Amino acid sequence: MNFYDEMERYGSAVAFVEEDGAVHSYAQAVEAADAFGSTVADRGLVFLLADNSLAAATGYIGCLRARVPAALLAGGIPSDQLASLLAAYRPNYLWLPRARAAEVPGAVEVYAQGGYVLLSTGAEPLRAHSDLALLMTTSGSTGSAKFVRLSYGNVAANAASIAAYLKIASEDRAITTLPMHYVFGLSVINSHLHAGARIALTDASLMEKRFWEQVKAQQSTSLSGVPYTYELLKRLRWERMELPDLRVMTQAGGKLSAALVSEFAGHCRQKGMRFYVMYGAAEATARMAYLPSQLALEKPGSIGVPIPGGELWIEDESGIAITRSGVAGELFYRGPNVSLGYARRREDLALGDERGGVLATGDLAQRDADGAYSIVGRKSRFVKLFGNRVNLEEVEHFLRGAGIDCACAGDDALLRIYITNPALGNDAVAAAQRLTQLHPSAFRACVIDSIPRNEAGKIIYAELP
Amino acid sequence: MTTATAETNKQRYDKVFMEALNVPAEELGENLIYNSVAAWDSVGHMSLMAALETEFDIMMETDDIIDFSSYAKGMEILSKYEVQF
Repeated sequence: MNFYDEMERYGSAVAFVEEDGAVHSYAQAVEAADAFGSTVADRGLVFLLADNSLAAATGYIGCLRARVPAALLAGGIPSDQLASLLAAYRPNYLWLPRARAAEVPGAVEVYAQGGYVLLSTGAEPLRAHSDLALLMTTSGSTGSAKFVRLSYGNVAANAASIAAYLKIASEDRAITTLPMHYVFGLSVINSHLHAGARIALTDASLMEKRFWEQVKAQQSTSLSGVPYTYELLKRLRWERMELPDLRVMTQAGGKLSAALVSEFAGHCRQKGMRFYVMYGAAEATARMAYLPSQLALEKPGSIGVPIPGGELWIEDESGIAITRSGVAGELFYRGPNVSLGYARRREDLALGDERGGVLATGDLAQRDADGAYSIVGRKSRFVKLFGNRVNLEEVEHFLRGAGIDCACAGDDALLRIYITNPALGNDAVAAAQRLTQLHPSAFRACVIDSIPRNEAGKIIYAELP
Repeated sequence: MTTATAETNKQRYDKVFMEALNVPAEELGENLIYNSVAAWDSVGHMSLMAALETEFDIMMETDDIIDFSSYAKGMEILSKYEVQF
C-alpha cells in the first residue's frame, strides 16, 4: 500500500500535533494536503522549503497524493544555494515560509496556508518521468545541485518496511528530532503515517528546554537520532530524565561508536525500552538494514540484517560475491526502496530507473557467522560529520577554487585540512564551513611542509601525518 | 602601578563564548541567544557547555544545560554553581 494515498483510513486519529498543542486528524491532514495538491496539479516541479511545520508536511503529502514531483530543501537553505538550485532546476512552484517569498524574483503567489506561500514561477512545463516522486539531497551533496531521485514506490515501500521492523503501531507518538528534508527525518514521518501513528512537529533541538517540554506534553514514545544526537543525549545524561512514555530509540545517519551503542542499549534494556541501530542512505530512500534491539548489547558494532523486503550481500573487487563470514568487501543492497538514480539538472527529471533496484553502497562490510553485517570502512573518500556525509574530494576542490592548496583527510569526528601556507588556516576552515554549513569545530587546519604527491601529481593520502 | 593578572569570572565567561561560538566581543550581551548566531546551534551549544564546565571546573545539571538559552541566562545559571559575576 501507498501510505500517502490511504491516509483517509485512519480518519479521526491524530496525525500531527503542533507545538502549541493544536491537533490535526488524518482526515484533516488529507483535506489540507489535497487543497494544496489541487493548486499544483499540472505535475510541475515544486521546491519545498521544509521546516518541521504543519504547512511543510501538508505540502509534502499534497505533492505525493497529487503525483507532483517535489524537491525537499532545508527551510533555512542559504540564499545563494537556493539561487543556484533555482537556476539548475527552474521549478514551476515553490512552497516556502512567507518570510522568504521575496527571494524568488518574478514569482507570483497563488496559494497560502499556515505561514507558507505557494509561488508560481512561470517556468515551462516539466517533462518528468511518471515514477518520479521526490528529489532529496544526500548529506554529501550539500551545496551542490545533486539530488537523489526517489519513486512513489520507493517512498511507500521503505515506509512500510520501517513500520514493520520497528513495530510502529497507531498508538505510537513520534516527535521530530531531525529535519524533514533529511531522508532519516522524512522516514520517521513516513513510517508513522504508514502506521496511523501521531507525530509531534517541532523545530526545537534536543539542547532546548522547549524540546523536552514537548516530549513530556506529547508523551512521545520514540526518539530518533544521528550519532551526534546520541552524544548530546549522553552529555545531557538523558537516562536520568523522567520520560515514562518513551519506549523506542532509533539511531542511523552514520556509525555510532560501539561504546555508545553498548551504553544506550544497556540503559534501554534497564528501562524496558527498545534501542535500534540502523543503516541506510538517501540512495536507498533511507533504510537498508537494522540491528534487532535484542542484539544491540551482543553486537554493538553491527548494522544487523536487511530490512524486510531487502537483501544485502558483499562483493570482492572483481565483483564476485563473498560468502565466507569475516571477509570484507563492498556492501550491496537490493530492494524496492533503491532510488532511480541522481539528478543534477532539470532535464534529468525525465530519466527513468538507472539502478534496477540494486545499490552499490560504497561501504566496506563483512558478515559474521550469524548473518549480521558490520561496516568496516568506506570505499570512497567520505567522512560523516555530525551525521552529514562530506565528500573529501569536494571539499578539496572547493578550497582549491578559493586559492587554498590543500589535502583533506579525517574521520567521522574531525575533518583535517592539510595546508602548506600557515597564513591560510582560518580561511580554509571558514571556506570548508561555508561549503558544508557545518559547525567550525568539525574542521581543523594542519600545516605541513608539503603535500605528498606521486609522480602523476596525485595526493598520497597514506603519507599525510 | 600594578597590572591585574587574575582574570575576572566575567572575562573568563566572555572568552569561552568568543572561542566556542566564534563571535566577536561586541556581540556578547543581551541579544546573544540560542540560534541568534549560526554557530550557536545544538552542536555549538554542546561545545559551549563543555568549555564552560572545563573553564569553571563545574558539572552542570541536565535542566541547566537545556535552560541555558542566552548569554544573560547563562550567568544566572552559573551563579548556582558558585560562579559569581
